[in-house]
Amino acid sequence: MERKDWPLWEVFVRSKAGLSHKHAGSLHAPDAEMAISNARDVYTRRSEGVSIWVVESNQIHSTLETDTESMFDPNEDKIYRHPTFYDIPDEVGHM
Amino acid sequence: MSEHELQAIFDRKIENEVKIEPKDWMPKDYRKNVLRQMAQHAHSEIVGMLPEGNWITRAPSMRRKVALLAKIQDEAGHGLYLYSAAETLGTDRERIVLDLLEGKAKYSSIFNYPALTWADIGAVGWLVDGAAIVNQIMLQKTSYGPYSRAMIRICKEESFHQRQGYEILLTLCRGTEEQKAMAQDALNRFWWPSLMMFGPSDKDSPHSAQSMAWKVKRMGNDELRQKFIDQTVKQADFLGLTIPDPDLKWNKEKGEYDWGQIDWEEFYNVIKGNGPCNKERLAARQAAYDNGAWVRDAATAYANKRAERKEKEAA
Repeated sequence: MERKDWPLWEVFVRSKAGLSHKHAGSLHAPDAEMAISNARDVYTRRSEGVSIWVVESNQIHSTLETDTESMFDPNEDKIYRHPTFYDIPDEVGHM
Repeated sequence: MSEHELQAIFDRKIENEVKIEPKDWMPKDYRKNVLRQMAQHAHSEIVGMLPEGNWITRAPSMRRKVALLAKIQDEAGHGLYLYSAAETLGTDRERIVLDLLEGKAKYSSIFNYPALTWADIGAVGWLVDGAAIVNQIMLQKTSYGPYSRAMIRICKEESFHQRQGYEILLTLCRGTEEQKAMAQDALNRFWWPSLMMFGPSDKDSPHSAQSMAWKVKRMGNDELRQKFIDQTVKQADFLGLTIPDPDLKWNKEKGEYDWGQIDWEEFYNVIKGNGPCNKERLAARQAAYDNGAWVRDAATAYANKRAERKEKEAA
């Protein structure tokens, strides 16, 4: 690998135990270990995290904007997946 | 889909405050302009480290030194957030950095002024970061997703920068006559250049209209500058310092300050490259790039060595 080939990494930080990792940003580094220590320097200066994940950006696969409708629209009218669709009388108590 | 249809989708997103993301279709000029703005914003953060870096070894106390180091470190981080956001539009980091070194890209004109005294470090934090904060709060609502998120992150970190600067001036203004005079001198030299950070008046700004139409910019230069003045005057009053504008006066009807005139000749001259430190700033950036090459080379060599070792162990 040459200097100009440093991959781009996406950084995810878990702010505290029990929460999921959240995307924090990206950076270039020659390998995963250096990506992590750079991520520590850049994204956790104020103790924002207890755990860091780095993933090479080209390993992230995503939906295409042009597919958004066909991908997600079918779920929009399935309101019976939500608890509010169901009528439970108040006398039953919390359900 | 035709370009016409794609443009309509884009326009609807802008109208409905839906963020534009990296893989979305966008007009060529939107991409070009947002990329240029983010890159120049990033360059400004990095070049902005230079006038302050100059004072690290001469900070008057440990408290001042750690605060200044932390602020400068933040600027480097902010530059990174913005370079990363710029890269999402399809240019690579090396090219963006070289554009600065080759004089093809600009950075904020304020950083072409020198930090001559310790009080200047206070003025920089109070006024320069203060002005940047006004602009960056507005930019949190910019239409391009990565830029907006970078701004939100930066705004969270930026307020200590302004407090750090103001605290320095507070100490000086409560000190000896000489210290107070040093603070006043810093204000005298940084006031007008800080106002210039907001750019030309909207009527003289050719790009402003398109930028507002695309919701890249959410408030005009004049409005932002007025906001900054209105919030800063009482801060100066509290310090017991005089803002170097004899025309500065509270206008009760308008509910804002009336103020004097910016020397636009100075503004355009500095942008053109004739400010006190333009050449020095670029030379420092070029030197950092050249002298730091061994670090980038070493990191690459180390990564290669580690990868080889892993392969051997796996075999």
